[in-house]
Amino acid sequence: MNSLFSQEVPLSWYLLLSAALFSLGVLGFLIKRNLITVFMSIELMLNGVNLSFVTFAHQWHAVKGQIFVFFVMMVAAAEAAVGLAIIIAIFRARATLAVDRIDLMKL
Amino acid sequence: MNGYFHLWLIPLLPFAGFLINGILGRRLPKWFATTVALLAPLAAFGVVLAVAQPFFGIGKALSSQPWVETCPQAWINAAALHIDFSFVLDQLSLVMLLVVTGVGFLIHVYSVGYMHDDEGYARYFSYLNLFLFFMTVLVLAGNALVMFVGWEGVGLASYLLIGFWYQKKSAADAGKKAFIVNRIGDFGFLIGMFLLLANFGTLTFSEIATKLGQDPGWTGGVVTVIALCLLLGATGKSAQLPLYIWLPDAMEGPTPVSALIHAATMVTAGVYMIARNHVLFDHSPFALSIVAIVGAATALFAATIGLVQNDIKRVLAYSTISQLGYMFLACGVAAYSAGIFHLLTHAFFKALLFLAAGSVIHGMGGEQDLRKMGGLWKKLPVTFAVTTVGVLAIAGFFPFAGFFSKDAILYAAFLQGPNGRILWVVGVVTALLTSFYMFRLWYLAFLGTSRSPEIHPHESPWSMRGPLVILALLSICGGWIGMERFGGFLAPSVGVRAAEGGSPHLELILSGIAVGVALLGWLLAHLFYREKSTVPSTLATALPSGYKLLANKYYVDQIYGVTIVKPLFAVSRIFLGWVVDVGILGGIAWLLGGIAMLSGAILQRWQSGNLRSYAAWLALGATALLLFLLVPWSTVLASLSVLHFGLAGH
Repeated sequence: MNSLFSQEVPLSWYLLLSAALFSLGVLGFLIKRNLITVFMSIELMLNGVNLSFVTFAHQWHAVKGQIFVFFVMMVAAAEAAVGLAIIIAIFRARATLAVDRIDLMKL
Repeated sequence: MNGYFHLWLIPLLPFAGFLINGILGRRLPKWFATTVALLAPLAAFGVVLAVAQPFFGIGKALSSQPWVETCPQAWINAAALHIDFSFVLDQLSLVMLLVVTGVGFLIHVYSVGYMHDDEGYARYFSYLNLFLFFMTVLVLAGNALVMFVGWEGVGLASYLLIGFWYQKKSAADAGKKAFIVNRIGDFGFLIGMFLLLANFGTLTFSEIATKLGQDPGWTGGVVTVIALCLLLGATGKSAQLPLYIWLPDAMEGPTPVSALIHAATMVTAGVYMIARNHVLFDHSPFALSIVAIVGAATALFAATIGLVQNDIKRVLAYSTISQLGYMFLACGVAAYSAGIFHLLTHAFFKALLFLAAGSVIHGMGGEQDLRKMGGLWKKLPVTFAVTTVGVLAIAGFFPFAGFFSKDAILYAAFLQGPNGRILWVVGVVTALLTSFYMFRLWYLAFLGTSRSPEIHPHESPWSMRGPLVILALLSICGGWIGMERFGGFLAPSVGVRAAEGGSPHLELILSGIAVGVALLGWLLAHLFYREKSTVPSTLATALPSGYKLLANKYYVDQIYGVTIVKPLFAVSRIFLGWVVDVGILGGIAWLLGGIAMLSGAILQRWQSGNLRSYAAWLALGATALLLFLLVPWSTVLASLSVLHFGLAGH
């Protein structure tokens, strides 16, 4: 037990988790039809990337990676605000959130 | 010669008037607009009088040197081409300036009464001031290009004023006609200027004269071509054959405009231009003879049309063309000072006649048809009196102004040898016709009994009668200065050519003949029109083709319409309209649009509009990039080749 807990979690585990999160995000983005779920998938991808940033920052003792995470979070927050506003506007106008049906720009 | 007064003040004052009335006119009270409009030409006239002093030896020593003012900054300075913006005041431009600003001021005063009730009151005066600005620039110009600026400018002012009542289609059309016909003349002027630049390297009048004087070899050839080009310009502006057609239509403008622009000043610009460039014409006897022929032909031609016109203003319009023909005739026999003398007296009596006609029209409530007038002498006594003076002056009775100037021209023509005799005969016949149609107008409008009893004419206000009286006085006394003294005064500007074979005795005989034919014209008009005479209608029925020919103005408008206007329209519609516009230009536009639409139709297939497919492509692309970057392809390939060769080895 002790030996188990005294050992550090290896780098690869973090990276695997990060990749798993990102892949889930991609998958959700590709599969789901509801715009809000698609939106949440994007957040998932961002957080997968964030995790790998933090991991490498810890590994190389470089603070830059952690700073980048803050940037990503900030952009994600802004994106959430704008994106949700757009989603609400679309829903009001079209009464639907299915991404397949929002293709007005096509001739 | 520096004083408080500068030449540039003369054009600038009317220009200021134009700006004030043109920009603020509608918001200003009427009295203010009037004050500005009248002060501008009056002040300009004052400046002209001030700068004229040295030429008359008043207050200063008598000087015959031209007064030159040049803008210190070169106007155009490109390689060998150097053109200054310069003004020149000499005896010739001084006479013109006095006429333009003096008569111009009188007509401004008259306009106050004539245009009193018009909606575009301020607009009218701003145009009138604009005209004075450009006309003074034209007159003061020290080189051909500055003159051209004024030349085009007066054309613009003329266009604006002919079409002043632009709601009326005929007026708007007449404005366009005047402008377009003048463009043809301007083309000649421009070509003349280009040739001057190419051959003399300068456009300054004095330099051209010097260069011509230095080398006596300059005769004929290129000088003739230049002179003929300039003559084309002059025929456009001065309404000579073959470009006279715009002037009769220009009568659509307000009558004071006809008096100022289309009788007294602007139309004389062509005569002035020829006198200004007289050195060129002197070096080309051929061009000079063409000038004389154009002048004589126009004088006779227009006079015959004037015989049968029934519109009071059109009679005067054809009479103006005819009188301008006299001036060209004078220039053509190198009697420039006689031409300018006639220009001066003509400005007086023709402005007077036009303004009197305006007074008649004003009093008749807009009626212009001579056949509906008659017996006006009782109702409009002042107008009748001044018209009588004007008619006597234009017919050439002693001692009215027209007598002296017309006499000088005919005398100069007579002394030009055998060809000059022909010109003289044409001039005398024209004088007879002139006298006839002017007395015809006089009888029809003022004598006899009224043919429109329902109209109650009224005399014009004093703002109109005042200028009429002053102009009448000038029409009486304007010629008393005499040709001798006037020619002497102008000699430094236009030179003197000693006429051979002349004598006071001959001059007296010729004057006698001229007055004789004027009397004959009066007599004929008296027989025809004094009482209700059947002679005119009998004559018209006896010579139906002749009468129709004159009444339709020799069908010149129709001939031009068929030979020039129609083909031009056809070329415009078929070639320019269909081939160039629809075919080439439109085709290119359609082609470009078609290419854009076609490529769009192809490229839009890429855009499915399906968000998830975009995302899938994105993911695929990212995966491909990652594979490309992360997989150590060189190692893989190496191991693969090893495998391959291994296989081959066995």
